Formats: sequence, structure tokens, C-alpha cells
Amino acid sequence: MNTSVTLLVVAVLTVIGFYMGRTRALGTADGLPARLHSLPSYYGYYVAIWCGLPSLALLAAWLVLQPIIVDGMVIGSLPQAQQNLPSERLGLLMNDIRNIARGDAASQGSPMVLAAARRFNELNGLGNWMLAACALALAAAGLATARNRIAPGLRARNAVERFLMGVLILASMLAILTTIGIVASLLFESLRFFQKVPFWEFLFGTKWSPQTALRADQVGQSGSFGAIPIFAGTALITLIAMAVAVPVGLFSAIYLSEYAKPKVRSTVKPVMEILAGIPTVVYGFFAALTVAPVIRDAGSALGLSVASESALAAGVVMGVMIIPFVSSLSDDVISAVPQSLREGAYGLGATKAETVRNVIVPAALPGIVGAVLLAVSRAIGETMIVVMAAGLAANLTVNPFEAVTTVTVQIVTLLVGDQEFDSAKTLAAFALGLVLFVFTLCLNVIALRIVRKYREKYE
Amino acid sequence: MSNGNASTGTVDRRPSAIAQTVESGLRRRRAAERRLKIYGLLAIGFALAALCVLLVSVISKGYTAFQQTYVSLEVEFDRDKIDPDGTGKPENLRRGDYESVARAAIRSAFPDVKGRRDRRDLGKLLSTGAGDQLRRMVLDNPKVIGARQRIWLLASDEIDMLNKGYAKRGPDGSATKVSRNQVAWFDALDRKGAIQRHFNWRFLSGGDSREPEQAGIWGAVVGSALTMLVTLLLAFPVGVMAAIYLEEFAPKNRWTDLIEVNINNLAAVPSIVFGLLGLAVFLGFFGLPRSAPLIGGLVLALMTLPTLIIAARAALKAVPPSIREAAYGLGASRVQVVTHHVLPLAMPGILTGTIIGMAQALGETAPLLMVGMVAFIVDVPGGITDAATVLPVQVYIWADSPERGFEEKTAAAIMVLLAFLVAMNAVAIFLRKKFERRW
Amino acid sequence: MEIVTDVPTSETVPGLRQVPPKITSTGVAVYYGDKKALKEVDLDINENEVTALIGPSGCGKSTYLRCLNRMNDTIDICRVEGQILLDGEDIYGKRVDPVQLRARVGMVFQKPNPFPKSIFDNVAYGPKIHGLVRDKTDLEEIVMNSLERAGLVGEVRDRLHEPGTGLSGGQQQRLCIARAIAVQPEVILMDEPCSALDPIATAKIEELIDELRENYTIVIVTHSMQQAARVSQRTAFFHLGEIVEVGETPQIFTNPGDERTQGYITGRFG
Repeated sequence: MNTSVTLLVVAVLTVIGFYMGRTRALGTADGLPARLHSLPSYYGYYVAIWCGLPSLALLAAWLVLQPIIVDGMVIGSLPQAQQNLPSERLGLLMNDIRNIARGDAASQGSPMVLAAARRFNELNGLGNWMLAACALALAAAGLATARNRIAPGLRARNAVERFLMGVLILASMLAILTTIGIVASLLFESLRFFQKVPFWEFLFGTKWSPQTALRADQVGQSGSFGAIPIFAGTALITLIAMAVAVPVGLFSAIYLSEYAKPKVRSTVKPVMEILAGIPTVVYGFFAALTVAPVIRDAGSALGLSVASESALAAGVVMGVMIIPFVSSLSDDVISAVPQSLREGAYGLGATKAETVRNVIVPAALPGIVGAVLLAVSRAIGETMIVVMAAGLAANLTVNPFEAVTTVTVQIVTLLVGDQEFDSAKTLAAFALGLVLFVFTLCLNVIALRIVRKYREKYE
Repeated sequence: MSNGNASTGTVDRRPSAIAQTVESGLRRRRAAERRLKIYGLLAIGFALAALCVLLVSVISKGYTAFQQTYVSLEVEFDRDKIDPDGTGKPENLRRGDYESVARAAIRSAFPDVKGRRDRRDLGKLLSTGAGDQLRRMVLDNPKVIGARQRIWLLASDEIDMLNKGYAKRGPDGSATKVSRNQVAWFDALDRKGAIQRHFNWRFLSGGDSREPEQAGIWGAVVGSALTMLVTLLLAFPVGVMAAIYLEEFAPKNRWTDLIEVNINNLAAVPSIVFGLLGLAVFLGFFGLPRSAPLIGGLVLALMTLPTLIIAARAALKAVPPSIREAAYGLGASRVQVVTHHVLPLAMPGILTGTIIGMAQALGETAPLLMVGMVAFIVDVPGGITDAATVLPVQVYIWADSPERGFEEKTAAAIMVLLAFLVAMNAVAIFLRKKFERRW
Repeated sequence: MEIVTDVPTSETVPGLRQVPPKITSTGVAVYYGDKKALKEVDLDINENEVTALIGPSGCGKSTYLRCLNRMNDTIDICRVEGQILLDGEDIYGKRVDPVQLRARVGMVFQKPNPFPKSIFDNVAYGPKIHGLVRDKTDLEEIVMNSLERAGLVGEVRDRLHEPGTGLSGGQQQRLCIARAIAVQPEVILMDEPCSALDPIATAKIEELIDELRENYTIVIVTHSMQQAARVSQRTAFFHLGEIVEVGETPQIFTNPGDERTQGYITGRFG
């Protein structure tokens, strides 16, 4: 029996359980809901939960475990020679077997493979039937037990609300689970990488050319994984982006919050937010096909040699993208400075500009710094603009007219395309991802802490 | 400070030394004020100008993609080429040599062209899709076999570029990627009025293709829709439930603080890291199908979750305590207060936040590249486990392609993407305005 | 013999040198949008005198006060009509720069609002921006002078570079007064300066106001009638956006002319 059908049957049982529970509750109270502790529908939910929950849990666990167990058994039934294949080869073989079993590929393949495929299907079918039986039995048992427990005194609402609480807590746990997942997967793969390439060479090496062996079992992979040029490239482009975004963002924030009439402010502010809503791939297209050629042509006209994938092009466009981050947050921070401070300065006869420069900005400085840090973190983690407009050459330079590469570009190039999952090349991407994650995390933590401390000062 | 005069009551109003000092400094200070204002205006102007330049550049590059060049030719539906066995069965009709029919059509327009190379060049004026056009016509109406009709056939990408003016004509009579002969033939056809641009329906309704003149975004649109569906179904319930718990029920202790810090940090993690997570866990560990909207949706759901939770919490927080107190006062349990009163009142805000989060997810590219949605997919995906791509990734793929024709297609795809985003944000803003309450 | 029961003016005692009022307001009205908050106020403020503005909450005292140094300009929807002459010149005239005006008419606010800078920098701010000092020694002199006049120098002499926000409430307010004095204004406006302070700090500030009277013209808005009686020479009673009565302080409090004034003073309302 198909798992979807099983699922459907369990679902139907659950619904039946609801109605049974509700009628029974009313029955025990001689039809008067007031006699019951909770509303009749709560008794219905009570039965439904006892019926459906254990069964669904079993289904979920089974669905995860069954493929693993079946795979293991099929491999066990293969001849010894196949079982001893290296893991990548074995994986490919299992893929073939699975495809044939599903009926995807044309039925070619040695008799051994065909036999294995048949066994695969048999085992899966058996598993599905067992699952159906167990799940239905559990559902029925749950239904019966719950139904028998129904009495006017049963605090069904409390039980149901406790269940609801559990669900909510689980949902909230997902955030922690995600972080754990990110850290675990990055760490795990990175550790495997650091087994192949020493940690110090990665962090401090200055040559990045990840050529690796063409075949997994080739000895002597020649490739250097020194990431300094990549970090330098990221820093260069981020610097250019900040050089654009911080002045523009800060001055716009100052103008909008101190000088602009309310109507102007309410029209201009959303328009600037639009800059933040444009997908980064559009910025990348713009950078690669419009900005970069203009910069290159302007550069040649001035006699400079500008690469067609200059850091300047990517940096400037990224700066434009980040403007709303700086301006919006700075605006909030500046508006949060209490009016009494402004009045104190005006009362002394200070002009608005003097008030801004001497009183407001210093008072808002922690918040502004926090905003800038968050913007930096965004710039470092940005991918599409640099993938489309910056280069792949790991070039260690401070010249904005040359092409450089960034951490995110390397992660993409190393992983997109068919790679062996275990080679040092693909694992290097995870190591880079780990560095990226840790760095942006630190920036964000510091920035959020600064902003929070600043807010406490004024509230 | 001033002297009095009894009879006239006038007063010596000589400005004090202080007042003079202040006055002399005023001009400089007012100038500084003007400068600050100018800097502010310049900054805003720069940002707005950048936005305009971006939009204008995209639109100007893309609007031509909505039209495609067609060539009007006399086509002879040669029975020998289409249905040599004469069975008339659809399977056989499908396998007919329509390319040859198309080539014959254009050769008949230029009967003087001899020589294999020249004739091949002539045939290259037409797109490979011209043959598909003819196939579709025959399958729709087999009666045309043996007839002769004047049909608008799809021109090749290079001719399309020439027609739209993107292929620069050189002094020797050739153009970019177009030989001198081909330019001459094109001009001849053009003079006869046999070259026209028709609305490019295929762009909106067809799937991707290696040839720019046949490429369409429908596959990517469906892929995006499926991925968004998965993202919404996963992120919305979990996000709202987590927000409700954290905002209404969670005790204020270290664990909830930890969760909250966690969520704030996750909201700022670069999107590519989520892609790595998807690659390692969903693809590697769970073995989900690569390139499918299922896995893309999972990754995007994890990414949108923190922003959604933060927005939902803000909406819940905005419901005033007086309403909760009134409900408690009537004897409602905590869960009932939340589900009957707080949640419905916060729902417009939550929905607005969700739509905005979905709009952000729609434009995401990097994490989906990691989980493989960057393959060349021709067929329109049928379900969430079929291989698919999404619109922004389609833009990325096309932007990389060398053919000149893809540049306008990329820009046009961007226009479609931006149109979707504008629509979604407009809906969100409309919702916000409509349900805004002043507490 | 005429028994002099009034304060001598040039009308009652001929030949007396008369000093024209420092600030003369005629027909001053203030609108917040369409709402009229202050109705046609006529008031004279005399030099080197403390004038108190009293009245129940929301009756326009602070609004009027803020007209005198054009602080209302910072509020967009506020519109001021009428004439206010400072030393004979209309402060709302086209040629008058509010920045310049506020160097002559200083203000102390209800809640102490020292800048988040050091004590020294707080006081130094005004002179610096108006260009009143040429070098560091000048600046130090002005700062110490102001702190002394504000009665604060003894308490902060050895912590001049600590933040101003670290002082107690009363000290912060005196710091704000010192800050205002440092610009060497002619008039000091005080908007309920003691309402956020404890009685001891209040007493100190009232003492200070009395000392400052010698060199500055002071206008003080206060909720406390006792304070007005203690500190001022002239009092104006505001009610519902207009001036009800103006006169010498002793007279207002012992023998008010208007019934409403009588009612407020005896505590019947407000």
C-alpha cells in the first residue's frame, strides 16, 4: 500500500475520531454541554490528537528510516566485489539501481543490477505494507483509548492546549535547529577539508588556484588553497561599496530627518526603499552589462587600463544596493535622538547644521556605527552582483580597476557544476562558507549589541 | 546696558560687542548650513538617479524582446518530406523532416543561389524553430499536406539582431555574426516587405531553449510559483506559530532570550550560507531530488523564517493590552485570548509581512544555485519534485550566455520579475493601508 | 500729601527717568494649524527684572514664552501673528536671523537637557558656535565664569571633563543655566525650570534667579504661585490662551483686580 494512501487513511481516521469524541462527550453529559469541563469540540480534538499524533510520528520516522534500511539490505545482497567498491562508485551504482527500479532509465544494465533493482522494489513494497499495518493499528488503538477516557470531568481543553503549546514550542525550536544545522554542516564539511589542506595554509596562504585531480583516486592533487587573495578581494569590493553607501546614506538620512518637509519625506523614503527591494541578480545584470563597460570605456579614454570585470564596477553597484540599509537605519537612529537635545542646541542659537554636527550625530553615533556594520555584513555576504560582475581571478591587489574575486564568488564557482562531493575543491567551498558565516555573525552580534545599548540610553 | 532719556524716552541702541561678533560669524555659519542641505540633496539625488538609470537601462535593453522577427515565405508542404510512407498517422507525421521543408521554402525565394555553402548559409536565415512551427501546423491540420501557403516563419537569432539594429553593419556589407551574402538576402526580403516583427508570445508561454529566438520564461515562472508555494506552506505556519509562542506564551528566561538572539542573527546571515546548508543537509544527508522546487522551497523557507517571525511578532505586539485584559476578564484561557482575539487582529500585519517576505524570496538566486536549480531545463515542471528553475536563476543563466540575443531576453525577464515584485508589494501596501487601525 | 500706594512710574512721579521695556509684545496670537492657542497678548517685559507667567496648564504660557526667542519656528504647523519688539526691533522682521536672536535671548527648559558631552563642553558649546572666543584661554575663562555665575563651579571644578549627564537633576539644570549664560544673552527665558527638581534644588535655583536679575532680564513660566511670589517682580496671569491680568507681583497676589485671577490664586481652580 502506497504511503500516500496510508497517510490519507490515517487522516480520515483522525477526523472520524474528532466526531466520535465530540458525540461521546455530549453523550456522557446527557446532551448538556454545561456539565462538561470543556467545550464538546475540545473532547473531539482530544480524541483526534490521540488518534493521529502517534500514527503520524511513526509514519515520519519510518519514512526516514526505510530508505536507509532498504539500501543497506540491497547492498548486502550484492556480490562481494560490488560491496567493496569505494563509496562514490557504490553511490553511483545505487543510483542506477534506484533509477531502474523506478522505471526511469531504459532497462539496460547487467543482470546483477536488474536483480538488485527487483529486490529493491520488493523490499520497499514489504516495508510499505508493514508501515500501513502499524500506522493504522496505532491510530485505531489511540482512538479507542482516548474515547474510553472521555468523561465530564476530563479536562480536555487543558490537554489540547498543552498539545498546542508543544507544537508552538517545536516551531520555535526550528530557529535553533536551523542555526545548529548551519553550524554543524559547515563545521563538518570544513573539518573534512582541513584534513586535506592545513588550516594555516588556508587562512594565510596567498595563492589560490584550486585545480584538483580529475579522478577521485588520482594521487597527488596539486592545488593551492591559500585564501588571502579572496579575503583581500572581498575587502576591496566592500570598501568601494561602503565608500559609496555611507556618505550617500548618511547625508540622505540627515536631510530627510532634519530638513525635508513631511510630504517630501513620505514620498522619497519609500522610493529609496525600492533600491533595497530590487533583486540582486538585477543589480548584477546592471553591473555587468551597463556599468562595467562604461567604466572600462571611461578608463581607456583617460588612459588607464581597466579590466572588464573591475572591482570598481561591482563595488559601486553594490554600494548603490546598500544605500537604503545605511540611510534607513541611520534615519531611525537620528529620529530617536530626543527632541529636548535639539531644543537645547537651538535655544543657544545654533544653526541646524551645527546642531546636527555637534549634538545629533555624536549622540546618534553608536546607532549609526551599528547601521554601518550591518551594511558591511550585508556587503560581504552579497553574492549575485559579484558573481556576475566581478572576476574569478584570485588577484591580490588594491587597485580598483583590476579584477578580483570574493568569498561568495568562489563558493558559487566551486559548487555549481558537477563536482565530486568529496574533492578538496568542493570542501573548500564549505571552509569559505564557514569563514563567511563566522565573520558576518561576529559583525552582526557586535552591531546589534551597539544598537541595543544605544536604544537603552534614550529609552 | 542702555541709557534712558526722560524727555524723549529714546534709548541708546548701540549693539553690544557680543552682538557684533555674532553677526559677523553668521554668514559663514549660514553658508555651512546651505552646504549641508546641498550635500543632503545631492545624496538623495544620486540614489534616485541610480535607481532611474538602472530601470531605464533594463527597460531599454529589454522591450525589444517582446517582439520577434518573422520571415514571410511561400511554403510547399511536400508530402515526400513530411509523410513519405503516406500513412497519415500522427506518429509518422511527427517525425517528418520539417527542417527540410523550411529550407526549401527559403531557397525557393532565392532560386539563383547555388553551391552547398551558400545554400546552407541561406538556410541559416531561418531559426531551427521554423521547422517546429511547420510540424505544429501539420499536426493541427493534416489537410495542408501537399498544399502551398504563405507563412510567417521564425527568423534566426542573428537575423533578429540585424533587424532590430543590434547587429552593427560593417563597411564591407556584413554585420555582426551575419555574412555579406546573408545581409544581402535579408535586405532583399526586407524590401519585399517579407520581414516583420510580431509579438513574441513564445517568450511568455514557452520554456527555455538554447536558441535565443525560441527562449521563453514560462518554465521559470512555473518553477518560481511552485517554489514559492513550498516556501509559503512551510514558512507561514511555522513562522506564525513560533511568533505566537515567543510573543504570547514564552516565559522570560535564558532559553527564550537565546532563541530571540538566534532569530535576529539568522535574519542577517548571508543567503548563500543557507544554500550551503541546503546542499549539505537536504541534498547530501536527506537525498532530496536536486533542482526540484521542493528543495528550493525548503531552503528559501528557512531563509524567510526569521524575517517572518520578526514581522509577525511586531504585528502581535501592536495589539493593545486592553483587548487582552478584556478577554481575560471574561474568563478566557490564554490560548483562547490569543486565538480568538489577538491573532485575528494581528493577521493583517502578519499577512503584510508574509507577502513582503515572499517578495524577497522570489528574487533570491544564490541559495538556489547551491542546490542545483541552475540546470538547463527545457520542459515546464509538473510538480514539486520535477527539475525546475526559478525566474531570477533564469536571468542569471541567460546573462551568462554569449549570444547577443540573450541580452534582450535577460532584460525582458528582469522586467517580468520586477513586475511580479511590484504587484506583490502593491498588494502588501494595499493590505496595510486598508486594515491599518489607529489604536 | 499724596500717599504713594503704587510703585512710582513716570505717570505718578513726573521727571522719573523711565527705561523702556526690554520686550514689548502687541497683539501676539499663535495658531497651531487652525487652532488658536494664544489670543492677542499684549505684555511688556522690563529690563533687569523677573517677570513671572502663571496660570493653569495648557493656557498658553509656554507657547508665549517660546515666541520670545522664536523657538516656535521649529514647529511646522505653528504660526505667529502680532508684533514682538526686542529693544525696539521686531524679532519677526524679515532681516532678523533667529540664530542671532537666540544668542541674545537664551532659554532654560523644563526638563534639564544637557548634551551628552562633558560639563566643560556643554558650557563651551554656545560661545564656540557663535565665535565668541579666540583661543583656549578665552574659552576656559568664559566657561569658569558661567559656571560660577550659575553657582555650580564649586561642585564641578574637579570633574569638568566628566559627562554632564552624570550630575544630579538640580545640578544638571544649573548646568543648563550656565550653558545659557555662557552665550552672554540679554534675556533668559525659563520654562518651568524647577518642575522636575526636588525642593532643595529648587531653592538653590530660585536663589540663583535672584542673583541673575542684576545682569539679565528674566521671564519665568511657573506652575507654582509661591515660586512666582518669591522670585518675580511682575506677574502675568494667563487663562485659556489670553492674558487676564498683569501687574506688580505683590499686588497681584494680595489684591488682584480680576475675578479669575482671584479664583486661581485662591485655588478655586487650576
